[in-house]
Amino acid sequence: MSARRIFARPARFAAIAPYLWMVLFFLVPFGFVLKISLSQTAIAQPPYTPVFDLAEGWQAFTAALSQLSFENFKLLISDNLYILSYLRSLVVAVTSTLILLLIGYPIAYGMARLPQRWQGVAMTLVIVPFWTSFLIRIYAWINILQHDGLLNKILLTLHIVPAPVVWLSTDSAMYLGIVYSYLPFMILPLYATLAKMDTSLLEAANDLGASPREAFWLVTFPLSLPGVGAGALLCFIPIVGEFVIPDLLAGSDSLMIGQTLWLEFFTNKDWPVASAAAVALLVLLVPPLLLYDRLQRRQLEGGR
Amino acid sequence: MAEDAEIDEHGAAARPAPQSFAADMPLLRIEGVAKTFGTFRAVDTLSLDIRAGEFFALLGPSGCGKTTLLRMLAGFETPDEGRILLDGKDIAPVLPHERPVNMMFQNYALFPHLSVYDNIAFGLKRAGMARAEIAARVAEMVALVKLEGMEKRKPDQLSGGQRQRVALARSLARRPQVLLLDEPLAALDKKLRESTQAELMELQRRLGTTFIIVTHDQEEAMTMAGRIGVMDAGRLVQVETPRHLYEAPATRWIAEFVGDINLFEGRLTAREHSRLTVTTAGAGALMVSELWPPVTKDVVNVAIRPEKVKLSRRAPAVGEGAAHTINRLDGVITDVNYLGGLTTYKVKLESGAMIRASAANTARLDVDAYLAGQRVVAWFTPDDCLVLEQ
Repeated sequence: MSARRIFARPARFAAIAPYLWMVLFFLVPFGFVLKISLSQTAIAQPPYTPVFDLAEGWQAFTAALSQLSFENFKLLISDNLYILSYLRSLVVAVTSTLILLLIGYPIAYGMARLPQRWQGVAMTLVIVPFWTSFLIRIYAWINILQHDGLLNKILLTLHIVPAPVVWLSTDSAMYLGIVYSYLPFMILPLYATLAKMDTSLLEAANDLGASPREAFWLVTFPLSLPGVGAGALLCFIPIVGEFVIPDLLAGSDSLMIGQTLWLEFFTNKDWPVASAAAVALLVLLVPPLLLYDRLQRRQLEGGR
Repeated sequence: MAEDAEIDEHGAAARPAPQSFAADMPLLRIEGVAKTFGTFRAVDTLSLDIRAGEFFALLGPSGCGKTTLLRMLAGFETPDEGRILLDGKDIAPVLPHERPVNMMFQNYALFPHLSVYDNIAFGLKRAGMARAEIAARVAEMVALVKLEGMEKRKPDQLSGGQRQRVALARSLARRPQVLLLDEPLAALDKKLRESTQAELMELQRRLGTTFIIVTHDQEEAMTMAGRIGVMDAGRLVQVETPRHLYEAPATRWIAEFVGDINLFEGRLTAREHSRLTVTTAGAGALMVSELWPPVTKDVVNVAIRPEKVKLSRRAPAVGEGAAHTINRLDGVITDVNYLGGLTTYKVKLESGAMIRASAANTARLDVDAYLAGQRVVAWFTPDDCLVLEQ
């Protein structure tokens, strides 16, 4: 056997491995979810019909297949609950992404302009929160925001408010939680784009009569747009499906789609409708995902 | 050698020598300018005058401070000491974006997100020029650098030579009083560099703009510039025309930096009118014509450029009475390098010292070419060599 073939086999396996992973852990489970979304609820174990059982023969399989329908998807469209959940998810995701951008951009910009040896320190500070469990950090916020929490104590001591303010179970608390949790995901791609920007471009702009402010808006900002896009999508996509933060910090009067899904699945035991909602969410997220992929590819090509 | 400032190799105080043009004030006057980064003195009390319409080259090895000086002229660095006067006015308080000076960057610094048109128009828009006027000026610039039809392309769709032209057009578009060029040809290959040199000179003649170019390539500086300022360790060591710089370098360092040179260290042993005799270890007694200013030291270097060393098979036949005025050195050829246009030789002298010679290949078929191992006489006249005191 030639040396080339010895090395060719692991190489080929390495190329297949990610696809194998995707098929096993994403495509196959998605197939199950898709199938359940086309089934009907039943008081049984599992709580839906039909159940495919190949042991009962081909006849039974085709009979079961004919029972599948799009009823659950029709329900999603006809019931306000779901549409409102989707809308709320989109509104929360868009608003949070904008806030993240407004806070994250100046931080990333400042980091990129630090002396080289301080940039690593700043980077570590951004990443440090990941060393603590996400859930614990959200619970910490509950502690801070609750009626006799740290925030109210400080505000009362400083006589900024006369009585404790209700923070918990409000949209403000939810946005705070989301922005806090997702900030690193906004900062890192922005920082990556800003740090590799050629400073001679700014000098050239300056030399050609642009004030530092003009140079920022005419050169730095347009050139950082791929980073803005990457950061925005990296936050937007998971925020749309966010469940934990709104569940723990927001009020219960309006739900995001992740919460609705959870409710259908665990409280109402309506697996088919929950599955349909999940499939619909996925379909909604395909366009931004494709956009993100394109931006990433363009950045890779740009960074040759 | 008007700029023959006193400089020694240990970096003792140089005499700043601003020439006085009482009648016509130079366009740019640099007065005792210094810049220190940490403990590194990048530019050390440097003075220089540049006249309007000059093509001036700052030549020096990397790290000699030439780029720092250029960046101070552009306004990207502020001098720690001294003044920079443009048209008689101190430009220290003028911010870079308000100076009538433009810079062409070494890496071109083209805006990657803007088209060729928008790159060139960038400075014009900042100046608040009317749209139609901008279009006309951009068209003029595009024609000037011969980039017609490329206006809509982005920088990454251009070749290196084309990018260089866009950078040039962009820096010229605002009609600056002074154009600063930082190693403008360094990124081009040899052939393109030569044709671009000619184009830059032509452009400079036509526009009459003062060009200040920074380069480490002495050939480039010699080809293009009217005057060259040689920099070393933050100081200007000589400012001269290319010919003077080459034929009358002020110091040994300059002689070796600009072109190739043979050096023989020796002691001044006789002076007869303006004819000096220097006794060297490597080449025996050499006769040298003394130039102005007179030689004051005893231990000196005799310097001779390789192309001024002639080779012959036997002692040259010289005119009556002139025989004693030729330096004749016997030796053996050890190395022959054929370079196309010329051939270089290394000759080992009887003392063991080496002397380099070069000769133009004026005939296609040279049956008499010297070969390694051949005995030859290397000779040169007292006028062809010079004495370097430091």
